[in-house]
Amino acid sequence: MITDLLTMMWKEWKEILLQHGGIRSGILPMVIVPLGLLGIMLPWQVGRAWIESPLSLAVWAWMPLMLMASLIADSFAGERERNTLETLLASRLPDRAILFGKVCAVVSYGWGLTMLGVLMGLLTVNLVHGQEQLLLYSWKFTLGILALSWLGSWLAAGAGVLVSLRAATVRQAQQVLMLAIMLLLFVPVYGFQLLPDELRAQIARTLAAGGATRLVLLIIVALTVVDISLIIAATARFRRARLILD
Amino acid sequence: MSKIAIRTENLTRDFGPVRAVDDLSLEIPAGIVFGFLGPNGSGKTTTIRLLLGLLDPARGRAEVLGFDTQRQADDIRERCGVLLEHAGLYERLSAEDNLELYGRIWHLPADDRKARTKELLTHLGLWERRGEKVAGWSRGMRQKLAVARSLLHRPSLIFLDEPTAGLDPMAAAALRDDLLSLAGLEGVTIFLTTHNLTEAEKLCAMVGVIRAGRLVAVGHPDQLRAKGGAHQAVIFGRGFNEPVLVSLREQPEVAAATLQDGRLVIDLKKEVEIAPLISLLVNSGAQVEEAHKGKATLEGAFLSLMEEEK
Repeated sequence: MITDLLTMMWKEWKEILLQHGGIRSGILPMVIVPLGLLGIMLPWQVGRAWIESPLSLAVWAWMPLMLMASLIADSFAGERERNTLETLLASRLPDRAILFGKVCAVVSYGWGLTMLGVLMGLLTVNLVHGQEQLLLYSWKFTLGILALSWLGSWLAAGAGVLVSLRAATVRQAQQVLMLAIMLLLFVPVYGFQLLPDELRAQIARTLAAGGATRLVLLIIVALTVVDISLIIAATARFRRARLILD
Repeated sequence: MSKIAIRTENLTRDFGPVRAVDDLSLEIPAGIVFGFLGPNGSGKTTTIRLLLGLLDPARGRAEVLGFDTQRQADDIRERCGVLLEHAGLYERLSAEDNLELYGRIWHLPADDRKARTKELLTHLGLWERRGEKVAGWSRGMRQKLAVARSLLHRPSLIFLDEPTAGLDPMAAAALRDDLLSLAGLEGVTIFLTTHNLTEAEKLCAMVGVIRAGRLVAVGHPDQLRAKGGAHQAVIFGRGFNEPVLVSLREQPEVAAATLQDGRLVIDLKKEVEIAPLISLLVNSGAQVEEAHKGKATLEGAFLSLMEEEK
């Protein structure tokens, strides 16, 4: 099973890097641009708050979704569109190796790049805003980044693979996923503004009184439940006969 | 391995109100090229999907290489190679990477993968272009690469779904030659679907004809030819001069006797033994090298079968 999973990951990684024509031409949009944005530009502009403000945790949770959306949308819809899916399904590969090989390849890309961005951001903030003082993430902040970005990656993977399994085309899968990500971003922001003033003030007081940790823990638990549910749903949805006839 | 490569019993599959495969019962011996003939939409591809365990039948059962298609589909796919309706190649990857992927999928050791890739690509004349992306290749080259992929892991049985469809005659002939030579070398059973009857005649030791999901005939191509309407004998040899033709035409069972491209074509009034006619030819001084009885071509027999079923 592990060998089969690694084989699928090998194939997916090759396709990810070659989707812009070649490995050299693929590295710029797939690796260098996101790292430049996440690891240099944003930390440079935001300054010390980049590693101190709890709000930056939201960036690290949300970032893998943005990085992975188009790739995971392509996973099954792309194979179907390019007429490679049936041959793959007619091979000896077990269902789970195909499914999780694709998911793990995209998660390793999204989470791996996010982690590199975290480290580069730390370096940039120290170089530009350090004032000869070593700035580090607190241990709580570090755990929060690790957990939220990891769970964000699996959220993107679980939702993306489900959408991709059902979508007729890559474009359709990408549109559905981007819409979901936008909703995930805008609903909490605008939803918070729509709350009664009293409730908003209470939330702000709770956060200020050390409730941020509890809120992050609550989000982690909720994300874990959602991620597991999505992966279970994707596993149940993955049926060779259904995929061939779709 | 079982001596019967494929056995189906009343295999049936519906898609909504449409019966795609209808009560298909078939036995295909191991080690032969079997041609599954039928017009578009007759159920050929669905049959392959059923045999690979990719679809479940509504009724009936099938065994492939001794394994049940519903309970042991993984064992079947482990031992089969496929070239389905679409070549299924990854166009962003090179030819070598496409084979590398499927070599890894079938757990071939790295050395074997490399050696096998070289062997197959060299045989198919693609070795020099192994590093190129498949996206830039012609359809003929892609089909050849897909054939190489289907044989890579030395399967016992390969399914080829219209492998020469869409190829120009030269490319189709080249692919047919490659298939025959590779099949001979590898000793695999080939299940070939096609609606190209010339191809079936050249490649297949046994053919089945399917129409609207139903198997309407099965047997050696010669047997199928004999099932056609008009009876005919085609004789190859020398010395078929005018006196010989005249004496043939005097026989009560002979409707006509003509020379066509050096062959003697005898139209018969009914189905009769042709041995007495051959004796007559030999006694008249002609030399007979080969004789065929029945329909002149498989195409005629096929069309006649399609007509009968309407």
